[in-house]
Amino acid sequence: MSAPQWNNKVVKWVDDRLPVISMLHHSAYEYPTPKNLSYMWNFGSLAGFVLVTMILTGIFLVMNYTPHTDMAFESVERIMRDVNYGWLIRYIHMNGASMFFIVVFIHIFRGLYYGSYKAPREMLWWIGILILLAMMATAFMGYVLPWGQMSFWGATVITNLFSAFPIIGDPLVTWLWGGFSVDNPTLNRFFSLHYLMPFVILGLVVLHVWALHTVRSNNPTGVEIKTPADAIPFHPYYTIKDLYGMGVFLIFFSVFVFFAPDFLGHPDNYIPANPLVTPPHIVPEWYFLPFYAILRSIDFTIFGIPAKLLGVLAMFASIVILFVIPWLDTSKVRSSKFRPVYKWFFWLFVIDTFILGYCGAKAPDDYFLGIPGLKVIVMGQLSTLYYFAHFLVVMPLVGKMERTKPLPASISESVLKEGANA
Amino acid sequence: MSQTVHSSGEHQPDENRRDFLTLATTAVGAVGVGCALLPFVDSMNPSKDVLALASVEVNLANIPVGQAIKVMWRGKPVFIRHRTEREINEAEDVALNELVDPQTDDARVEKKEWLVVVGVCTHLGCIPMGTATGETRGDYDGWYCPCHGSHYDTSGRIRRGPAPLNLVVPEYEFLTDTSVRIG
Repeated sequence: MSAPQWNNKVVKWVDDRLPVISMLHHSAYEYPTPKNLSYMWNFGSLAGFVLVTMILTGIFLVMNYTPHTDMAFESVERIMRDVNYGWLIRYIHMNGASMFFIVVFIHIFRGLYYGSYKAPREMLWWIGILILLAMMATAFMGYVLPWGQMSFWGATVITNLFSAFPIIGDPLVTWLWGGFSVDNPTLNRFFSLHYLMPFVILGLVVLHVWALHTVRSNNPTGVEIKTPADAIPFHPYYTIKDLYGMGVFLIFFSVFVFFAPDFLGHPDNYIPANPLVTPPHIVPEWYFLPFYAILRSIDFTIFGIPAKLLGVLAMFASIVILFVIPWLDTSKVRSSKFRPVYKWFFWLFVIDTFILGYCGAKAPDDYFLGIPGLKVIVMGQLSTLYYFAHFLVVMPLVGKMERTKPLPASISESVLKEGANA
Repeated sequence: MSQTVHSSGEHQPDENRRDFLTLATTAVGAVGVGCALLPFVDSMNPSKDVLALASVEVNLANIPVGQAIKVMWRGKPVFIRHRTEREINEAEDVALNELVDPQTDDARVEKKEWLVVVGVCTHLGCIPMGTATGETRGDYDGWYCPCHGSHYDTSGRIRRGPAPLNLVVPEYEFLTDTSVRIG
């Protein structure tokens, strides 16, 4: 693609010296995009929008927040009560974290359904997983900053996970804390890193978009762009579609911010942190619940590896396994639209993650959905088993055995056929 | 490497020397970067003021038999229990093979009537219940951790639940009969 010619002299002068305008034109204007993208393809740009929202609201919150164990809780309360629109900025930031995960989880499930992780998009997929990991670290450290009971005890339980590693475990935890318990040094470093991480994420997002624009967007058919007739320019077709989706998303976001700002949080975090009293039921934020359920469901020893270490390894493995699915999935067909068997397993997997989330929220000895005899811990173990079996057994086997539906010859052909049927 | 380079006696020593120099420079650079990182990594370890607060003295005179107190030590609670005769016997009468983390009661106390343990569950760091009067003390009359259901006995040893180890006995010494220094 040739560089565009600029008529404006100033634009031309700048672009000749630093082709930043050409680059933006290339990637946000003329970027050839499959013409059949559905609304499932809105969530990438939405995630970018939420990231910017989080950085902006975060910067304004820091102007009034005090990272000290004696003052953190009260400074947050001051933001809520005394700072002009402080309540709004904090509620946007608080709920924005949840929105970020909702959008990114949908984005990831989209990628799983349409096989967006397959060659040649492995790097794109990997960078996405790194973004997810960075988001989790950021969210965890951010949740500690208000220094409420859940902040403190969540930080204690999660940092204690690292004590499960043999030999290095205890010194590692002391190092993470900067003391012998979660205390002021811990709060300070979490604040520092919580401010740093969003910019790391931003850098990863640049790489993510770069990789995307190198290998091009996947699409609902999973068939690559073959001729110019398969693609349309990003602007105005997808800028307008993304903006429409953003409007719908903002309504959803606003419902939480203005009408149920604490719905997704835990009331115990409005009690100041107390190192001497553990809340009877410690639960992480909703977006960590499936992983927490995996952690807790390992209550047995294998090959002499203690349950605690095994649980920690399983929890980390549940995300690390995503790195290798481009090779675990043996199917030659990308999109589940043309995979009549795998499609069902995909939805089973989605349901499985919801069950894990439910199990993570309940005490291990509760009964699953109140069903007598079915303990949450047992259900959590079964769902953990399926979680890993989906990647390690279903993906390789179904890919080999399944008879896929015929693929359309091109994106254009599939669009025209669907149009004719409508 | 092409055949011509290998056959030419003049070039080969140069190539080797260059490879060696590149490797040596990289190695020295890596060691340098490592050394430069060390102060930053170590700055995250407990600082001197944190370490300076590492011991506390506690007066035991006001704790009646059968009761326990919590004191703060290194930012975490330490349980000090004035054990009753029955509790001491209970702790001593357990057979070692019944224990998850076998330890005799003798090895865990300086004076039989005083049990001093760090009040942090060895599972994931919650504070077990059972110190204040009226709190549940679990099925073994010691402590009960509400987070994931670990039961500890009257010697602070783990008896049931996910915790792998007994409650930690901190370093401590009796200064007088009724005062103790922890740490």
